[in-house]
Formats: sequence, C-alpha cells, structure tokens
Amino acid sequence: MVVTHVAVTVNGVAREADVEPRTLLVYLLRETFGLTGTNVGCDTSTCGACTILLDDESVKSCTLLAAQADGREVITIEGMASDGEMHPLQEAFHRNHGLQCGYCTPGMIMAAASFLSENPNPTEAEVREALEGNLCRCTGYQNIVKSILDAAGRMSGASA
Amino acid sequence: MATTERYVGSPVPRKEDAEFLTGQARYTDDLVVPGMLWMSVVRSPYAHARIDGVDVSKALAMPGVVAAFSGQDFEWAGPLLMAWPVTADINNPPHWPLAKDEARYQGDGVAVVVAESRGAAMDAAEAVSIRYEMLPAVTESDEALVDGAPLVHDELGTNRSYTWKLTNGDVDRVFAEAPVVVKQRNVIRRLIPNAMEPRSIIVQPTPATGQFTMWSATQIPHILRTGMALATGVPESKLRVIAPRVGGGFGSKLQVYPEEALALELARRLGRPIKWTESRAEGYLATHHGRDQIQDMEIAASRDGKILGYRARILANMGAYLRIIAPGTPVLGAFLFCGCYGGEAYETEFIGVFTNTTPVDAYRGAGRPESAYAIEHVMDALAREVGKDPVEIRRMNFLPPFDEPTPSIGGLTLDSGNYPATLDTALALLGYEEVRAEQQARREQGDRRQIGIGFSTYLENCGWGPSRIIGNVLKYAGGGWEAATIRCHPTGKVVVVTGTTPHGQGGQTTIAQLVADELGVPFDDVEVLFGDTDIAPAGWDTYGSRGNAVGMPAVHRAAQKIIEKARKIAAHELEVAESDIVFEDGAFSVRGAPDVTRTIASLAFSTWTGHNLPDGMEPGLEASAFFDPQNLVFPFGAHICVVEVDTETGEVEVTRHVAVDDVGTIINPQIVDGQVMGGVAQGIAEALYEEAIYDERGNLTTSSMTQYLVPGATEVPSVTLGRHETPSTTNELGVKGVGETGTIASPPAVINAVVDALSHLGVTDVERPATPERVWRAIQAAKGGAA
Repeated sequence: MVVTHVAVTVNGVAREADVEPRTLLVYLLRETFGLTGTNVGCDTSTCGACTILLDDESVKSCTLLAAQADGREVITIEGMASDGEMHPLQEAFHRNHGLQCGYCTPGMIMAAASFLSENPNPTEAEVREALEGNLCRCTGYQNIVKSILDAAGRMSGASA
Repeated sequence: MATTERYVGSPVPRKEDAEFLTGQARYTDDLVVPGMLWMSVVRSPYAHARIDGVDVSKALAMPGVVAAFSGQDFEWAGPLLMAWPVTADINNPPHWPLAKDEARYQGDGVAVVVAESRGAAMDAAEAVSIRYEMLPAVTESDEALVDGAPLVHDELGTNRSYTWKLTNGDVDRVFAEAPVVVKQRNVIRRLIPNAMEPRSIIVQPTPATGQFTMWSATQIPHILRTGMALATGVPESKLRVIAPRVGGGFGSKLQVYPEEALALELARRLGRPIKWTESRAEGYLATHHGRDQIQDMEIAASRDGKILGYRARILANMGAYLRIIAPGTPVLGAFLFCGCYGGEAYETEFIGVFTNTTPVDAYRGAGRPESAYAIEHVMDALAREVGKDPVEIRRMNFLPPFDEPTPSIGGLTLDSGNYPATLDTALALLGYEEVRAEQQARREQGDRRQIGIGFSTYLENCGWGPSRIIGNVLKYAGGGWEAATIRCHPTGKVVVVTGTTPHGQGGQTTIAQLVADELGVPFDDVEVLFGDTDIAPAGWDTYGSRGNAVGMPAVHRAAQKIIEKARKIAAHELEVAESDIVFEDGAFSVRGAPDVTRTIASLAFSTWTGHNLPDGMEPGLEASAFFDPQNLVFPFGAHICVVEVDTETGEVEVTRHVAVDDVGTIINPQIVDGQVMGGVAQGIAEALYEEAIYDERGNLTTSSMTQYLVPGATEVPSVTLGRHETPSTTNELGVKGVGETGTIASPPAVINAVVDALSHLGVTDVERPATPERVWRAIQAAKGGAA
C-alpha cells in the first residue's frame, strides 16, 4: 500500500503518522490520533462540524488531505481548554445554552475562535455571517450567537 | 445536607454540556472495537428496478474484503418492525433489510460488503456488479392513485396502503347549509430531517455465549432491541443495545433500520464486530424522510366567521415501504384539524400511499405540523373571506379558557388551555398596531418591500402516550408508559435511571433538577443514566415530546417511593410514629422538633449498613416506578411572524417571530426556550427553504446538503419569546412537552405572513416552501401576468 508520511503538531504535541494518500485530515485526527471531538456531518464541506484551526485559521478538516497539514499546526476542540480551565467560548456556550445535541458544537467553537481573533468586538450580524459555514439543527443559532457575543465581551474585557 | 434551593423552574445550566464542549462526548462513530470490520451497503441507483443478478465475486477478490452478500443470501426471522397498523385491512408488504427481487426506491439496499477498513468496504461496494431491469416509477401520492400508475408493490394491485377516517357530527349537513365554505389545497413538501450526526452502528458479538452489544445512533434503544429480535431471531435477553451520545434525531433516529439488522446478522454470521457509518449523501436516501402530504382542507362558517365544521382529506406519501410508525404519523394530527376552535362537525380522512421514494416517517412534529398548517392557514383565508382581522377571527372561535379536561370537536379530551391569553401576550410583545400601521404605510407608498403579519394560534397533542388509548383506539402496537429508577448510594449520592433516551433535550439536567428538589439533595449529587438496555432495562425512549410529559412523572413517582421508605426509617430512628414525621427541605424531623433531623443521605447510609432498620424492612434505598398517563398533553400558544417580501424578486425575510408557548409547568426555562427556538428554526426552514425533490424517474435531485437547503445563521432570525404556564391535568407535575411546538406552530405563521404581505396585490396563497421563485410567480399570477 502506498503511504504518505505526515508530521503535524496537534494541540501542541508533535505527532507523526503514515497514512493512505487519500486520507482526509479529519480522519487523521479522528482515526489515527483518536481525537474524536472533531465530528463529520456531511460529505460536501457544507456543515462545518469538522472545523479546526490550521495555523490559527479555521478550516473544514474534511476539505484537506492529511498530507496538506504536514509541517503545520492544528488545534482541535480537545486543545481549547488549558490547565483545566475552559476557554471563554466553551464557558459561554455552557452559560447561554449554546448547544443541545452537541454535534456541531466543536466546529462552532473553532469557527468562533478563529473569527474572534480577527474581530474581537463583533456585532450580532457579523457573528451570524461568520457562522455561515457551520450548520446547527438544534438551536436555531440564537443561543450560539448569544454565546459568541458573550465570550467576545468577556475576552476583550479581559485583554483590555 | 439539606438544601433549601429550588432547582425546578430555574435556568440551571446543563450537566451534560462539559463533555460536548471539550470534545470528550462519544458518539457511535467515535467508538472503536478491537477486530472490527466495516460494512458498506450497495444501493439501487434506480427508483424501481427488477434485480436480475448480483455478482459479488469481483468485490470478494479485492484486498481486505471479508464477505459480500446479496439480498438472496439472507433468511430473516421477520421483516423490519412496522408497529402501527392503523386499520385492520392495511396493506403492509414486508420490508426486508436487503431487497431480494426488486428495488423500490433509489437507495434501497441490494447487497452488502464487509471489509477490514472503511475505505476497503467502500471500494468493494463499487465493485459489486448488479444487473437491473428498470421499471416505471411513481413518486407523488396523487399520481400513484391514478388508474394505470406504476405499482410499487405489484402483488397488492394498488398503491393505496390504507384509508383511515374520523367523523364527528353531521358533517355533510353542516357543509351543505353553511353560508361560508373556504377550501384550500396545501402541498406539505417532503423534508429530509438532517440530524447533524449521521447514523452509525457497531455490533460486537461474543460468539461463545451468543451475546451481542449494539451501539447505534438511535433515539430508541429499547424498541430497537425488540425490533432486532423480531428481524434476526437474536433473543432480547442476549442483546444489549446502547445509544451513546446521539447527535440529534428529530424522528429520523426513531426507526428500526435495515443497516441495524444487517450489522447484527453479519456480526453473528462472521463472528466479528461490524461497524457502519452512513455518509450524508447516503443518509439522504437511506434515512427516512418526513411530511409529504397533499391536503384538501375545508372549513364551514357563518357569515360573520363563526366556524361550524371542519373537513380534511389527506393523501399521505408513505414512500416505498411502511416503516415503524409511518401509517400513524399523519394520524397523530388527525384530531387537530380544528385547532383550538369550536364547531359542530368534524371529519378527517387519511389515505396512505406507496410511491417509489425513500420511506417517510416521523420528523419533528410528525403529523401535527401538517394539521396545524391546515387549520391555521385556512383561518387566515376565512378571515379574508368574511372581512375580519386574523386576530378577531381567532378570538371569536377560541374555546374559552379551561383548567379541567374538556372535549374538542376533533374527538380529544383536552387537558388544560387558555388560548386567548397566549395570543394577547404575543400581540403585546409584537406591538401589533404599530406593525399594522407600518404595513399600511408601505402599501400606500407602493414600497418594493411589503410587510406581512402571519398568525398561528396552534394546538398540539404530545406526550406519547396513554397505553390503553394508543393501543385500543389508535391501534398502535406498542405502549406509551415510562419507567424510572432512583438509587441512593451509601454516601448520599443519587443515581436516576430513566427509560427515556435524551439526545440533546437536556434530560440529564431536568431530571436531576426534579430529583434534587424532591429528595432535598444537591443538584450535583444527582446523576442521570439512560440509553442502555442493560442499565435502563425498561422504557419507551424519546420522541413525540414525551421525555418531560411521560418520563418526568415516572421519575417523580420513584422519588415519592424513596421518600415513603425513608420516612419509615426516619420514624424508626427518631422513635416516633410515621405520622409524626414531616419532610421539608430535604430533612425528616419530628413535627414540632425541627432541630433533630434525618436526610436522604443519612437514611441511605442506614439502609446500606442495615444495622437498625424497622423489623421486616428490606435493605437498600432504591425505588422503581412506571407511569402510564391516562391522556395525552396539549401544548398550545400563539406565534406571530412578520416578514418583508421583496415584490420584485420574491425574496422573503423573516424580520420578527414572536412565540408565546404554554407547555404547562416548566422545569428549566432556558431549556424550554432552547427547544422553542430550535423548533421555530426548523419550522421557518420548512416554510421557506427545505424541500426534497424527486425527478419523474424517481431520482432524488436534492441529494446533498448543497442542494437541500438547511438554513444557516443568517437565514434564521432571533425569536422573541414569551411564556404562559397552565398546568396539565394529565399528570401530577402539570408538565407538558415542548420538543415539537416550535416546528408545529411556526410554518403557518410564516406562510400566512407572506400571503398577508401580498394580499393587497391579490395574492391569496403561496406554495410551500415560499422560495423567491414561487413568491414571484404568485405575484405575477395575481397581476394577471405570465406565471
């Protein structure tokens, strides 16, 4: 079997693997590295459940081959909490009931993290626009938007 | 320690959140079992075809392939479970997990392969060679009933599955004599549920003992276990079914699916664990669809708009086979075509129809979004017909407020209701007069963007359900009760086991709130277990807004049994008569002497050691209860939608949506609000965006998320929420259900708003979903232009 060697830093840890060339990044994370927090919800790059950070930019990890992540840095939902403390986005989703079944949640949080790093004080309309690539079937988005605005307020307050 | 804090009624953040927020939640596809093989199903590309031969030899020769079979290679103990034969003469041809001679819908399973990896299984599935002879197909229920239409099941000689009818009063006389009769034809489009988690299954066998463990992304591990026993012959005593974390269901995981039976049978046959996870595109064909009705709705009224009678005739598309509750799904709305209004006569008739399409079954609301649409949409038409405001027409027809069981002309006994109150609150939240004034101003200006206001003062029935009624009256084969067990551990920690199977609804939190209050223990000391037939051996799972309405009273009754036993031990330890013991704020004490107490925790310890129990008392502080409601519950409310319609492009924007729901006593307002907001989003989606489309040959053309428009965050508005709490009389907690109200209530409000925005142009109706093209055509037709 033809294999590709991939070396990637995931949540701060250097990892390597030999995978089939057709392996998508999301399956490298889920099935090779056992990081199942990143979910797969579609096969058309529509739903955004698989969103991760690649070199601090949010990407849908089903749109990339594992090989394309070679030499780069990946953050997944498992890497968001630090020192046992939840990330402000995670806390805000909890406080504002921003999740129900939880399946879209990791992707939502990763997309929001990337967005807030570019726009720390967004309007509601900007948050909604930023989430266009992430589908949720449970919440109607209202509490997701509220969670992200809440987190933005607290994060910018903390850094001010 | 006792606590005086009350959890019930508070917006307690959810216990279940942490695992989802950190990526630690385990859905089925996250699980790996040593030695597991991957299954892939080969599906018919044709909507209707004779299977002339299946050749798996090429697939078997591929690397990593372990086995491959056609439908002819299986002998099943029985067909997939169909649990709702609504009439005695229903046509219900068997649905086998794989088609044997004929494929009857695009996506019908024809062969199966098993391989060492996901990729190898998928590659091998493509190498299976199948000879098909294409047959004519039919996809629409009205076309399927025409003489000479292609037959989905030749042996039946008809595409009609059943006719179910309900008549109350002298309908023909009322309609013949009524001065006003308003008729509408509504096409309730076929929808694809789109739970965000695709379905997934793992079956692990223990060949030496004949035992199996099945993990499935299902809403119904208990019913599934029985369904598996019926299909495969594996006894229930040897089968453990686990629904781990489940990423949404909305009815689509309320099913006994072919792949579940196949995975179990293959695990038995091969003696190795089998895994299958559907792709989204596969799910669009293989996971059941929802809705798909053609409704002819009529309402008879006096000249001033007082309703006299209701008559509805429904064609319900069943798809190619009857799935688990498919025949009954439309019938769930059969008693609600009168909404919350009065009248003298009522008739509904449902004709279930086979077509060469993916089977149709429950999708959020299941029958009630359809009935609510029929009545609430025709109410606005009646208002226009008699020249009244839609608010006025509703007020004059509402049943008056009641807090004792009250009959409806639809044949129900309603538990409690106060319909005018929710409408009044919704109008106040909206600022009705201001919006009407703005609408008038835009009309006078001839503004390109016109405003419309749509109403839906819906009524629904849920909390499935009273076993005697659903069995004897509705001919449902299953029960509707619920079970709960409460176990107090020696250190005072409490485990609650529920027979419901929450998958996003927040049951871990709401059940813990109730138990913490009732037993007087801290919220954090209560764990809620579910979704595993070994842990929760009895129950009827989660669907039909029953988790709260039926599951919660069972938990309450188990808690009362715990308290009764604890009271006896407290009396024994405090050396008084049981009747002298009071239980308040989590503390048992002697009446008038509140300083000396016993708590559930201390008494749990006493029952663990058993050193000083009353004579004859069994050790342990544990109780189980079953709750079988005597009636359904009946949530209601008022939704008002405001839209702006671009009269040049036909584009509709929902600018406001006010939802005032009365779902009985509230356990957790934040969770209730979340259910309503999510439900409204799905209802708006149904009204404006979503529609599964087949071409004339039976190909599903909305075959991926890029063609089927699940709305995103920019398409769904924020909902303005209000709430009333009229306790249900069906259970001692006063609770109703909230899982489906938003989806039931909102579609007619949205479409009524679109029609209202254009009514001054002569538009009297708009088809669903109200896409820009459909709205534009309606405007052109009203203008008399080319449409």
